[in-house]
Amino acid sequence: MSQVAVDVPKGGFSFDLCRRNDMLAKKGVQQPSYRKTGTTIVGLIFQDGVILGADTRATEGPIVCDKNCEKIHYMAPNIYCCGAGTAADTEAVTDMVSSQLQLHRYHTGRESRVVTALTLLKKHLFNYQGHVSAALVLGGVDVTGPHLHTIYPHGSTDTLPFATMGSGSLAAMAMFESKYKEGMTRDEGIKLVTEAICSGIFNDLGSGSNVDVCVITKGHKEYLRNHLVPTPRTYVSAEGYKFTKKTEVLFTKITPLTEKVVVLEGGDAMEE
Amino acid sequence: MESTQSKPGPLCNPEGSQRTLYPYVTGTSVVALKYKDGILMAADMGGSYGSTLRYKSVERMKPIGKHSLLGASGEISDFQELLRYLDELVLYDNMWDDGNSLGPKEVHNYLTRVMYNRRNKFNPLWNSLVLGGVKNGQKYLGMVSMIGVNFEDNHVATGFGNHLARPILRDEWHENLTFEEAVKLLEKCMRVLLYRDRSAVNKLQIAKITEEGVTISQPYSLKTFWGFSAFENPTLGAEGSW
Repeated sequence: MSQVAVDVPKGGFSFDLCRRNDMLAKKGVQQPSYRKTGTTIVGLIFQDGVILGADTRATEGPIVCDKNCEKIHYMAPNIYCCGAGTAADTEAVTDMVSSQLQLHRYHTGRESRVVTALTLLKKHLFNYQGHVSAALVLGGVDVTGPHLHTIYPHGSTDTLPFATMGSGSLAAMAMFESKYKEGMTRDEGIKLVTEAICSGIFNDLGSGSNVDVCVITKGHKEYLRNHLVPTPRTYVSAEGYKFTKKTEVLFTKITPLTEKVVVLEGGDAMEE
Repeated sequence: MESTQSKPGPLCNPEGSQRTLYPYVTGTSVVALKYKDGILMAADMGGSYGSTLRYKSVERMKPIGKHSLLGASGEISDFQELLRYLDELVLYDNMWDDGNSLGPKEVHNYLTRVMYNRRNKFNPLWNSLVLGGVKNGQKYLGMVSMIGVNFEDNHVATGFGNHLARPILRDEWHENLTFEEAVKLLEKCMRVLLYRDRSAVNKLQIAKITEEGVTISQPYSLKTFWGFSAFENPTLGAEGSW
């Protein structure tokens, strides 16, 4: 009895074209660059919960391709995630885990926990052995309290009181290491997060534009989009741009176009 | 693929070269700033041999002549060689016996020329140097890298200090810092470097140079804090995870 060999679709990445890509690169063909979010993302735990912060610049090699992108992604009503690395990877992976969390919420009838999101993300990233280039700062408040985690592209995680990721992480970490203390109030926390992101914006070339902040407390969240605009666009004229006078309408004439199709009323009936 | 070249010369063959290829015993960052009365410079006392912390009492800051202070990060042997060059320079300057002495600007210029010329011969002195001094009331703080890039600024940092200390200095430095404020600011930078630079040691010296002269402090350690609740109990609420 002959068995039909069913081609089981293999998941994951296919590396078949790698040799050919290498050969082309040697010949001088320029590979398309990834849209990276060369970034500063931070998170810290304050007395009532978690504050996440991010800059808003997305780069494609040396060019800024999006001046005001959103790097703080929604995971659950009480959990948000900042993403650094390849923009497509961070968006896709956070979207996917967000849907998985939603299904899990329907299944269990309970509020999602931060460790659930953490485990789903790290499982996926480890599975892809670092090829999914997403470095994440995950924060949220659930029944067990406030949590803040960092997740690296290869799938390792850390639990921290304050965390930074991205190309501007050293500049932001310098701010955190010198000024962080336990049990800060909401305003102190937002001020420190803003300072850390501004440090990344001004001292790192991969980060820039504005500061986004997200404050998560028990039962409540606040997404402050463009909380601070430290590099606003300044116009040459103090009054802003003045558009020239509208064109004057002198004369109006409307000519309907003739119809192309001539409809015959009472033509031959359709054949049965 | 056949090579059409004849036997490659010493420039193309790294293994047979007599030039500096990589550093062996290295010092980590140096941070310095201008304050009201002069220059303050801080450096830790570690000399790493690759990933081992081999030497823990290396003095990486030395006075030069009457008016300057030199701090170096990078290869320690190249720093010692530079000190010998500078010794000779200061000796010849003293031999003129004309009442004039080399100021920090002049020493900085000499170091720039030396570093750039060595780099042009593909045999660099693998250091990032910080030179500070006061002469006739004029404060001077400059930096030279191993490829000869030099500049003068109100605050400088080498190595990891570029990424970790510069943002803090840019934010908090201002003209006419008092001695206490300047020491606090430098210690803040050195503490962040201690936490986040793997080759840093908790044994540092702070050097001060004013019109009166150079003082290099005794080695001391910074206080660190590890008592955050997330560090003490990272798996709170999630037993079995990490």
